[in-house]
Amino acid sequence: MANKTNAKARTKGKDTAKADGKADGQNGKAARPSGDATDYVTFVIAGQLFGIPVLKVQDVLAACEVTRIPLAPPEIAGALNLRGRIVTALDVRLRLGLPQANGAAERMSIVVEQSGELYSLMVDEVGEVLSLDPKGFQRNPPTLDARFREYSNGIFRLKERLLVVLDVDGLLDYEGTSKAA
Amino acid sequence: MDDLLGEFLTETNEGLQVLDTELVKLEQDPSPGLLDNIFRVMHTIKGTCGFLGLPRLEAVAHSGETVLGKIRDGDLVVTATRVSLILECLDRIREILSALEENEAEPEGDDSALIAKLDAVSEMADYPDAPVPDDAVAPDPQATDAAPAADAEPEPAAEPVDELEEIFRNAPGPEDLPDSAKPKDAGAPAPAADAGKAAASEPAAPELESAPAPNAGAKADPPAESKPADAKAADAKAGDGKAAGKPAEREAPRESQVASQSIRVSVDLLENLMTTVSELVLNRNQLLQILRSQQESEFSAPLQRLNHVVSELQEGVMKTRMQPIGNAWSKLPRIVRDLSQELDKKIELKMKGEETELDRQVLELIKDPLTHMVRNSADHGIETTADRAKSGKSEIGTIALNAYHEGGHIIIEIGDDGRGLNVEKIKQKALKNQITTEAEVNQLTEQQVQQFIFKAGFSTADAVTAVSGRGVGMDVVRTNIEKIGGTIELSSKEGLGSKFTVKIPLTLAIVSALIVECAGERFAIPQLAVLELVRAKGGSENQIERIKETPVLRLRDRLLPLVNLRELLKLQGHGNNAGTDEAGEGDTDGFIVVAQVGTYSFGIIVDRVFDTEEIVVKPVARILRDIPLFSGNTILGDGRVVMILDPNGIASASGELTLVEGEDTLEDARKQRGDTEEEVSMLVFNAAGKSPKAVPLALVARLEEIPVDTIEDSNGQRVVQYRGQLMPLITMPGGEIADSGNQPVLVFTDRDRSMGLVVDEIVDIVEERMNIELHGDRPGYLGSAVIAGKATDIIDAGYYLTQAFSDWFEAEGVRDAGEGDGKRVLLVDDSPFFRNLLAPLLDIAGYDVTTAESADAALELCNSGHEFDVIVSDIEMPGMNGYEFAAALREQGKWADTPLVALSSHATPSDLERGRRAGFRDYVAKFDRETLLDSLNQTLAHGEEPLRGAA
Repeated sequence: MANKTNAKARTKGKDTAKADGKADGQNGKAARPSGDATDYVTFVIAGQLFGIPVLKVQDVLAACEVTRIPLAPPEIAGALNLRGRIVTALDVRLRLGLPQANGAAERMSIVVEQSGELYSLMVDEVGEVLSLDPKGFQRNPPTLDARFREYSNGIFRLKERLLVVLDVDGLLDYEGTSKAA
Repeated sequence: MDDLLGEFLTETNEGLQVLDTELVKLEQDPSPGLLDNIFRVMHTIKGTCGFLGLPRLEAVAHSGETVLGKIRDGDLVVTATRVSLILECLDRIREILSALEENEAEPEGDDSALIAKLDAVSEMADYPDAPVPDDAVAPDPQATDAAPAADAEPEPAAEPVDELEEIFRNAPGPEDLPDSAKPKDAGAPAPAADAGKAAASEPAAPELESAPAPNAGAKADPPAESKPADAKAADAKAGDGKAAGKPAEREAPRESQVASQSIRVSVDLLENLMTTVSELVLNRNQLLQILRSQQESEFSAPLQRLNHVVSELQEGVMKTRMQPIGNAWSKLPRIVRDLSQELDKKIELKMKGEETELDRQVLELIKDPLTHMVRNSADHGIETTADRAKSGKSEIGTIALNAYHEGGHIIIEIGDDGRGLNVEKIKQKALKNQITTEAEVNQLTEQQVQQFIFKAGFSTADAVTAVSGRGVGMDVVRTNIEKIGGTIELSSKEGLGSKFTVKIPLTLAIVSALIVECAGERFAIPQLAVLELVRAKGGSENQIERIKETPVLRLRDRLLPLVNLRELLKLQGHGNNAGTDEAGEGDTDGFIVVAQVGTYSFGIIVDRVFDTEEIVVKPVARILRDIPLFSGNTILGDGRVVMILDPNGIASASGELTLVEGEDTLEDARKQRGDTEEEVSMLVFNAAGKSPKAVPLALVARLEEIPVDTIEDSNGQRVVQYRGQLMPLITMPGGEIADSGNQPVLVFTDRDRSMGLVVDEIVDIVEERMNIELHGDRPGYLGSAVIAGKATDIIDAGYYLTQAFSDWFEAEGVRDAGEGDGKRVLLVDDSPFFRNLLAPLLDIAGYDVTTAESADAALELCNSGHEFDVIVSDIEMPGMNGYEFAAALREQGKWADTPLVALSSHATPSDLERGRRAGFRDYVAKFDRETLLDSLNQTLAHGEEPLRGAA
């Protein structure tokens, strides 16, 4: 698992595939005690760095067997079994209107809970947990791609690159978007 | 102990506990929030008492509530006195409760004094002028007055006594009492004393006068607890000051008994526990599966133990969800009682097996169907007393409920010894409602006929009563029971009674499901919906046949509609099975899961069938809820997630409206469809092949049976002399003329010419809304439709007509042309069936026919410059209807003068009038071919001058 993110690498983070995101986050805080900073789990889709608040993340999974769900929207990759709970897998790439990933690449998933149900967000690669200072945060530039704008809460300016804060609620809000679409 | 009572005791004790603390709080801080809460708790107690039929408790609670209500409304101020009075009231409630717990019945006793006291306080609010201190000032005379009064007449005594009690409570003596006894007992002596007095027990009265004595309460207590005969009373009387303490001491452990034996846990928590255990069960299954594949493993022993523990755990958790079925029955005695009064019948309700337990969820779901069935039995089943006497039965009718376990299911029987089902009546009703046909009904067994009562819109009651008979009865019951995976059976003997047997699963959480595979994906189908499995193989008896790409299967004299799961789910490519990969028209192989939804059965084509598995149904994620084909998902033993197919969803997705949706939806659907489909009388017959054939009855002139020996050959054609003419006989391809006896023939007449269509057998005449589902391209057939529940080929009468007359058609054609005169007719009808039917007929009559499938299409023709001599238009069409079409034509101008003839199955006078106003020259009922031709003739002939003026 090569880490493509240029963000400051911490010693942990490589094993995120198995480790619980929350535990990771606490470590992150301990490492960087910067006041009101929030921890974000970072991941990469199509070369773009994204982040989700670490407290939203339940699990990070390596690629696993997914049951297809016929007739579901194309971005619903299927359902999988996570320790006895059924998790609905969502391909974030397709949801963001990006082209499908090349099949060969092993993809990873971030499991989040949304109103009592578990969803697994399929991303290209999960990076480490970053503690980000709200000072570096700003709202979406108005010129951002419509799909991105819809599912982005804002942008963090990191030293070397930008991190898009993914709006998990919006991403999983199918009722709203179906109306809009 | 009665469950309900136990629950009530637990709940009320909890409530009282709350009240005690809250009241004390209230005394210190009379805030409205607290008051509301207190009032609510008291109100609940009162309400429940009333419900359970505990008059004594209810009365006490009611008075307490009234006082609390006044305080809450601000009519009364919170004072220590009033709070203690309410506490006293609570203590009385507690006292009654403990006796209730012991004896399961309200103890006898008189609370009128307490109640009166409470009432007095609440009345104080109504007469605020009467100052509170006043009654405290005049204690003695009233007290002494009260005693004799009580002696004489207990009832009127109550009020003064309680005034007295008010004082009594305020007097220093009793206030000291709590110091000597437990605070809890503080209230007890007082009500005891006044109760004793009100009951006019003589020893109580003098003691009251010497109120300050501590043992006054003690001695006065017994009569309050119960009337002298009671053992407890004797006990208390015997003792001195301790006596008061004794019952109290006894109360304490008793109070906690019920409380400690049951705790109240939220249903959510239980559900959660259930889910976790279900997962544990799945995990165990998985482990056991792994174990099986390994010959020897050190895990085998611990796993076996785990297996046992998990099984036990599962059972235990399941039990927490279980409730005795008696809970669902608890309302029934009352219902039956009321019904028997209302209907003037004598009915006894016998219940057996109330303790049989089943899942809470299932219980909730069967409550209503059960109630409905019992009502039915009481209303329809049991005869009136007079009728019963006449038929030699005992006066009292019996409805018997019986519940028991049987092999993982609960069986509930609802039987009555009433009149049973009248088979003849059902037959008539079934015919009237067109559920069956005359021919069919005579072949049915009594049992089969009885099953009709489960059809929608069926009720054998002659009149609609307030109780039942509205025809939304047993079909709803059946649907509800089937929804939870149950079945309902009926057996009835006329004159002796009927019995319904309902079989329902113990629980819904775990269901048995058939695992199938399609295109490499596995799916679960609830076993309860599965009737059977059929292996279809090309060339064998069971092979998938296709009618214009629609697969069907011949299954024992029936044509089973098939649904290809692969197509339905839009699955492609991933098939692993060589044989099934080439999905398409060619394949005749596959496994067919025959499923039944309500009364509609259909086959689902799948690639493979695995075995059945117990699965735990989990709801699908919210974002997938709008896919109707899945009822849930689950995790199989091997850890894979599979989707659970919903047979209901598949049935509706494959185009079949089922009864499951209930009467209303069906009605709606009918209304919706009514726009495009009319009820048509069809003649159903057998000829040339197995599947039934049908032809619109209106086209058939006569049905004849022709002696075979009168059939002659003429010019290579079979003919028969018929009414002085030679009538050609046409056989359908594959059909044959009988060797001997009589040959049934359908006679089609076209003015003076007749043609006979040879058929094997005339089955029936059916009036049905026709929905031609499959449009075959075979000559002589218009397509097929479901008629009387069977796939039926609709034959094209026009085709056979031309066959018969082909040899002399030309000669006649000249004459025909003379009649129709080659006039151009535009036929507008949305139904392809009618277009196909009418066009050839008009054609034969010499008209030049153009068809349009909608008013819009017709208007387009108009715009593109076509000209017609007459327009025949349907009225009921989707989009623009006939009236609107006529109006549009009249406005448009170009065809404004073209005569219009309306074609409709609704030909009421108001329709006619509306049609005339819209501009139609004539209004012809569909299928009335003669009239249509006449009308066309007349319209064309007279049309030119007078009518044009009118238009």
